[in-house]
Amino acid sequence: MRQSHDIAVDIGGMPILLRTQDPSFRQLLARRYEGFVDATSAPRFTFDVNLVTPTPEMESEEGVRVEMRNGEWHLHRGDFRAQWNPRAGQGSIRQSANPYSIDSVLRIVHTLILAKEGGFLLHAASAIRRGRAVLFSGVSGAGKTTISRLAPREATLLTDEVSYVRRVREEYQACGTPFAGELARVGENCSAPISTLYLLAKGPENKVESVSAADAVGCLLRNILFFAEDAELVKLVFRSACEFVDRVPVRRLTFVPDQRVWDLIR
Amino acid sequence: MTERYIARSTAIAARMLGGEMMVMSAVDSTFFTLNEVATAIWQAADGHTPLSEIVARNICAQFDVEPEVARRDADQFVDALAQHGILLVSDHPLENPPVEAA
Repeated sequence: MRQSHDIAVDIGGMPILLRTQDPSFRQLLARRYEGFVDATSAPRFTFDVNLVTPTPEMESEEGVRVEMRNGEWHLHRGDFRAQWNPRAGQGSIRQSANPYSIDSVLRIVHTLILAKEGGFLLHAASAIRRGRAVLFSGVSGAGKTTISRLAPREATLLTDEVSYVRRVREEYQACGTPFAGELARVGENCSAPISTLYLLAKGPENKVESVSAADAVGCLLRNILFFAEDAELVKLVFRSACEFVDRVPVRRLTFVPDQRVWDLIR
Repeated sequence: MTERYIARSTAIAARMLGGEMMVMSAVDSTFFTLNEVATAIWQAADGHTPLSEIVARNICAQFDVEPEVARRDADQFVDALAQHGILLVSDHPLENPPVEAA
């Protein structure tokens, strides 16, 4: 019998156990998810990671596909195949020994878990300041990494790329993630209630403007990470976006890239 | 003119927020924000009220608009939403239309 080498990766208070038979891959994961490795909490889900030798097909540019069949989610991309049974709490991943494939699988799994619980992953930087989290959302180039770089020293950076938004009763919390953008810096593994979501735009001056509910929901939907072609999940994500906008102030933040922009952040 | 009957699809999610009606297709994830007139048509789309009656009762009587203009705009709106499967359109009343809550 071969020995397994387990590691629990806890993102957003959701420990997921990854089970591999390769000790060096476990070490690679421990480095990749440093700060998010949890040896104490009981994992909610377990994935067996089956490592294979890379093939030319695995380097294809095939886009991600996520489908529910017979109670199991099937996740496909050129570089990985995964399946996951949420009821059983079990899944498996077939990939080569690289951290990028498993990163993608974890992101997808978290989007599916969060969708059922009223939360989502969002293309956004986030940081905690004075005990409250602020989110800065926008497409690539909108300024997520720039505003993260400009953050004052007392701010705790949760991510400069993918924010984890969790609903806890009537409140929304932002949690740190290991999903980094250009800053290439893993976020802090902590959380705080969200005070404001800023929709980012670069411009000639620093200003904060109000946004209509419809614009806020539309922008949010464009920036929520969502992979599954599943009508019921689309409805859940729409509902989550509307309820978030109903409870959390959303503003448009236009900024020039210097530190004074943080004076506008409440 | 042939009469048209319209009903809201169940393959959508809709919500009124901040005084604006938002509709999203669960099939292709298209997102629409409806203005006041479009919201009035949307909310009256029960499958058995003719579109002409909806326009007369819910648009012309409520908004300052000429009947021909209102009907033309309503037809365009209905066609646009029907293309995305958000509204079901028929030339006869829809029996037990699969109405989603407005």
